[in-house]
Amino acid sequence: MTVGTYTPKPGAAPLPRMIAAQAALETKMLLRNGEQLLLTVVIPTLLLVLFSSVDIVDTGKGEAVDFLTPGILALAVMSTAFTGQAIATGFERRYGVLKRLASSPLPRWGLMTAKTASVLVTEILQIVLLTVIAFALGWSPHGNPATVLLLLVAGTAAFSGLGLLMAGTLKAEATLAAANLVFLLLLVGGGVIVPLEKFGSAGRHVLGLLPVSALSDGLRDVLQHGAGMPWGDLGILAVWAVVGLAAAGRFFRWE
Amino acid sequence: MRSEPVVQVQALVKRYGTKTAVNGLDLVAQPGVTAVLGPNGAGKTTTVETCEGYRKPDSGTVRVLGLDPVRDSAELRPRIGVMLQSGGVYSGARADEMLRHVARLHAHPLDVDALVERLGLGSCGRTSYRRLSGGQQQRLALAMAVVGRPELVFLDEPTAGLDPQARRATWDLVRDLRADGVSVILTTHHMDEAEQLADDVAIIDGGRVIAQGSPEELCKGGAENTLRFTGRPGLDVGSLLKALPADCTAAELTPGAYRVVGKVDPQLLATVTSWCAQHGVMPDRISVERHTLEDVFLELTGKELRS
Repeated sequence: MTVGTYTPKPGAAPLPRMIAAQAALETKMLLRNGEQLLLTVVIPTLLLVLFSSVDIVDTGKGEAVDFLTPGILALAVMSTAFTGQAIATGFERRYGVLKRLASSPLPRWGLMTAKTASVLVTEILQIVLLTVIAFALGWSPHGNPATVLLLLVAGTAAFSGLGLLMAGTLKAEATLAAANLVFLLLLVGGGVIVPLEKFGSAGRHVLGLLPVSALSDGLRDVLQHGAGMPWGDLGILAVWAVVGLAAAGRFFRWE
Repeated sequence: MRSEPVVQVQALVKRYGTKTAVNGLDLVAQPGVTAVLGPNGAGKTTTVETCEGYRKPDSGTVRVLGLDPVRDSAELRPRIGVMLQSGGVYSGARADEMLRHVARLHAHPLDVDALVERLGLGSCGRTSYRRLSGGQQQRLALAMAVVGRPELVFLDEPTAGLDPQARRATWDLVRDLRADGVSVILTTHHMDEAEQLADDVAIIDGGRVIAQGSPEELCKGGAENTLRFTGRPGLDVGSLLKALPADCTAAELTPGAYRVVGKVDPQLLATVTSWCAQHGVMPDRISVERHTLEDVFLELTGKELRS
């Protein structure tokens, strides 16, 4: 039989290649999306510059930038792993992208791995940008970089679980609204730019259990005060990560 | 060509809540092009999506290329191509970008540039998917279904909403796929599409296959076909009848208006015209009324196909 243009020659690409291609495309889609960039780059950058240079919020003793940078890094992680991922995945589900990819050679866990890789790449870009800006504003960080890295990874896992849970269960429009609302509420009430002390003793303890509070508090302990591993905050993030990822795994609907 | 069926569905039942979408459906598709024809809500998409592994049967068995679409999904997915009824593309992605991406998920993909050219997707340029026309979106989905060089392609209403030119381009591609040994399962509610493309047609209504066969076979059954012509009144119908095959009837309905009823094929037409030539008759307004799939469908279901 002669070989024509369309003569079948099926086969999956090697897994690493599929996952790399998927992660590259997801990252490209994110960086191309104006609203996503506003959320992940513009807002954290503006907040860092504005509140470091203008004395609006009382950030306690020491340089404002030393208080703010850990909080803004936590916000950046939340904006990508939770808000951005929830909105993007919600619309991918709505527009049948997840469905179409589910019948491609890429396995579902490969798609999720690619999404995580794309989140991590975006976070690296954010952290590099914010770190450069913070140094320009006079930031002087302390602590062990490995501890910071572990906190960031735990935070990413916690936020990804919650973001995917939302994207996989709610309608895309509801996810869009809810993810933005949560972002705004946690920005104010999650110890990102406003110290939790401002919310009174009871409020402080409840709000301290939120993932963004745990991440910003943990990062602040290390980066501002040079503390060792903040086990309490890491524990809170780990619980959120386990609960969120398990619930997402259980309830996520692909279409 | 392989001789074993590409799709075997047995006693498939699929319910959504209290609604039964597919109700004991049996379907065997041989290599080649199989059209699944039926009105909206007949169960076409549910059947096809069960074959694609998207839905788990409530009961019954489904085998695609000999595999269970749910259990053997990892093995099956690289071998099939899927065109969903709509969507399936990142709203911010460009057509060639998305096609290239799907190609990268396969070991031996088609040449993307040639496929873009072939389906006229080059004009999409840097436009993102959400701003493409409906026809461009459809053609991109079609391209994504074939780019991985699958053995079997599922096309769910591939020409819905296309203009005639784009429709023709899609038909041409389906014919080329068939010629190169790719099997195609397509759903449609266009009779002409099934007649033009399919080796085999399965008519679905109410979640079951109510008739299956080649377009010719399906059209042969049921009512007889008719040939009419006009000539001078009082021709010798008996002599005409003798020239015709045994199962035909011929009559002069009104003076000068003749009707032949039977299996109307090219041979019959030639017999009638040569009989006219022998008798010096000019058969004016000669016409054949052949049974179409549309008629078959109407007879079987009492419903119009297009709703």
